[in-house]
Amino acid sequence: MAGLIARPPRGATHKSQRGSEETPLIKWSLITVALGFVGVFLVLPLVNVFYQALQNGIGFYINSIKEPDTFSAIQLTLLMTFIVVPMNVVFGITAAWAVAKFDFRGKAFLITLIDLPFAISPVVAGLMFVVWFGRQGFLGDWLDAHDLKIIFAVPGMVLVTMFVTSPFVARELIPLMQANGTEQEQAALTLGANGWQTFWHVTLPSSKWGLLYGIILCNARAMGEFGAVSIVSGAIAGQTETLPLRVDKLFHSATAAAGVAAFAVASLLVLLALLTLAIKSYLEWRTEHAEAVAQIESPKLNNSHEH
Amino acid sequence: MSIELKNVGKQFGGVAVVQNVNFSIRDGELVALLGPSGGGKTTVLRMIAGLEMPSSGDIFIQQRRVNDVSVRERNIGFVFQSYALFKTMTVFGNIAFGLKIKKWKKSDIEARVSELVELLELKGLEKRFPHQLSGGQRQRVAIARALASKPGVLLLDEPFGAVDAKIRQELREWLVRLHHDLNVTTLFVTHDQEEAMEVADRIVVIAKGTLEQIGTPREVYEQPANEFVARFIGVMNVLEAEVTTGVARVGEMEFPTTGVPDGSARIGFRPYAVQVSTDLSQYRYRAVLKHTFFLGIMLRIELELSSGLVIRARMTKEEYSQLGLDDGKEVSLQIRQYRVLASQNGPLSPEVGYAYQMPPTIAEGI
Repeated sequence: MAGLIARPPRGATHKSQRGSEETPLIKWSLITVALGFVGVFLVLPLVNVFYQALQNGIGFYINSIKEPDTFSAIQLTLLMTFIVVPMNVVFGITAAWAVAKFDFRGKAFLITLIDLPFAISPVVAGLMFVVWFGRQGFLGDWLDAHDLKIIFAVPGMVLVTMFVTSPFVARELIPLMQANGTEQEQAALTLGANGWQTFWHVTLPSSKWGLLYGIILCNARAMGEFGAVSIVSGAIAGQTETLPLRVDKLFHSATAAAGVAAFAVASLLVLLALLTLAIKSYLEWRTEHAEAVAQIESPKLNNSHEH
Repeated sequence: MSIELKNVGKQFGGVAVVQNVNFSIRDGELVALLGPSGGGKTTVLRMIAGLEMPSSGDIFIQQRRVNDVSVRERNIGFVFQSYALFKTMTVFGNIAFGLKIKKWKKSDIEARVSELVELLELKGLEKRFPHQLSGGQRQRVAIARALASKPGVLLLDEPFGAVDAKIRQELREWLVRLHHDLNVTTLFVTHDQEEAMEVADRIVVIAKGTLEQIGTPREVYEQPANEFVARFIGVMNVLEAEVTTGVARVGEMEFPTTGVPDGSARIGFRPYAVQVSTDLSQYRYRAVLKHTFFLGIMLRIELELSSGLVIRARMTKEEYSQLGLDDGKEVSLQIRQYRVLASQNGPLSPEVGYAYQMPPTIAEGI
């Protein structure tokens, strides 16, 4: 799941066109099938979301979003993302570092554990937290006595979202850090760098693409998580409703206007997703651009050494 | 003494990979750590660098015992086999890294980097990233980076391992030149005896974790300390012979071996010690030239004696054509010099034979 986004092999992107061993017919049929699939299953539904959202006009669209309960859902979603993503970045880097750079007992077990949230249905994840922190749960009495509210409140929603999204950053970083090995770190060590300097100047920069993809996936899921959050939130309008929960509630309302509002809110989620993709593409473009500039500016020296 | 090892040993999980290694390297020397792959030479290098801790013994760098000194404070430059360049940094960033860490002034860093860029012929490539460089350029960046903060010793792990043959030759000559210019004490690891012979002032031969011999290329070639070194450095004919009353016999060949007790013994001789003539009565043994290998200016020929014994001889192209040799031709031959190879670790008896001058080129493998 985490590897679904294909990474372009940097550096050699544009040049490597394999000789056309296949006939044009096969080539174009493959392209048509791929594009057709993307069109029917991705682009059309996405466009339809915006179409549905705007069918009552732009004024209605803006009003749907400015509606207090929806606006509060936007705030809550952003707040949760701001808490969850940095926490997962810290966890992901720590776990990936531990797995990739050290050998220790229980390493395989740790890797399996990191995958656990992928294997468990989000609804079950939500229930797991209810069993712990709910009123009838193991810690229920204690929490009650100290006047702490976790289930049907924001802390519980943050916790389940963290649980559900915890593998994303680690899963992206582990293979990358393993492939990078420890030689660059050793080199930094021989050049006088301490652990922190090595991490900051060497390890982190060389894993930045994995980290970025991890953050994007984690971010998307944190904003979009429905199942686990709906179990622990109680969906109290204006208090514990996130954007996906708001969409669900509006969509299942009886009125047609609410249905359109549901699409308006849904389109917001889509826009957030598109924004993250745009940021990612921009960052990629900037790096490639910098490299291309270096290539052009350097005169061709020692031609015998070029490959 | 720039580097000194005293009884250094290393165990990995109970397996001794390095045992009781003692040697010292003088200031400004260029020394090769030579041995077969998996023989522990890289471990020795990494222990000197501080990337591995010795299990026993002491290591000194410039008279200072460094066993408890971290890598960062040993003042060494290390070039990794795969170069380990920082792939997210430019050539400039890579070379400047150690200087930035050591908080050099910006203007000093720029001056030092441009000095190294000049020295290592990397001019114009400062803004490139490692993946935009050729193998040879990458290696020079790795060396520049290691030299940047003026280390007391330069350590290189298989420096010529990762580049193709042609560039390898260039890099060898280039390392010798660089060493000559900078005069920094340099220790490099290699499994290629030819490379060690050509580049190093002295060679430390290490196999199975123990030091076999240390000496100049000529010493290890002409006076190998034991059979391992004799066979590892250069090509050698080795014959299993039977000794009776002071003569070792194998097939029709006989070697006087005064003082060697009766029983089995191994006789060794270099291919250049085989004298060949087309005059069948000139030398004692008869053989048929089975195959000729062209190795640049030198040729290696395989001679089969009538008993089926095969020995290898070496000569220049000129000698070959002067003699009018060809595959299938019958020749007579004799062995000018040979030695009795004792047991694997025992001392070697001196070479027996006519006084013979070493040929000017000792690159046997060529």
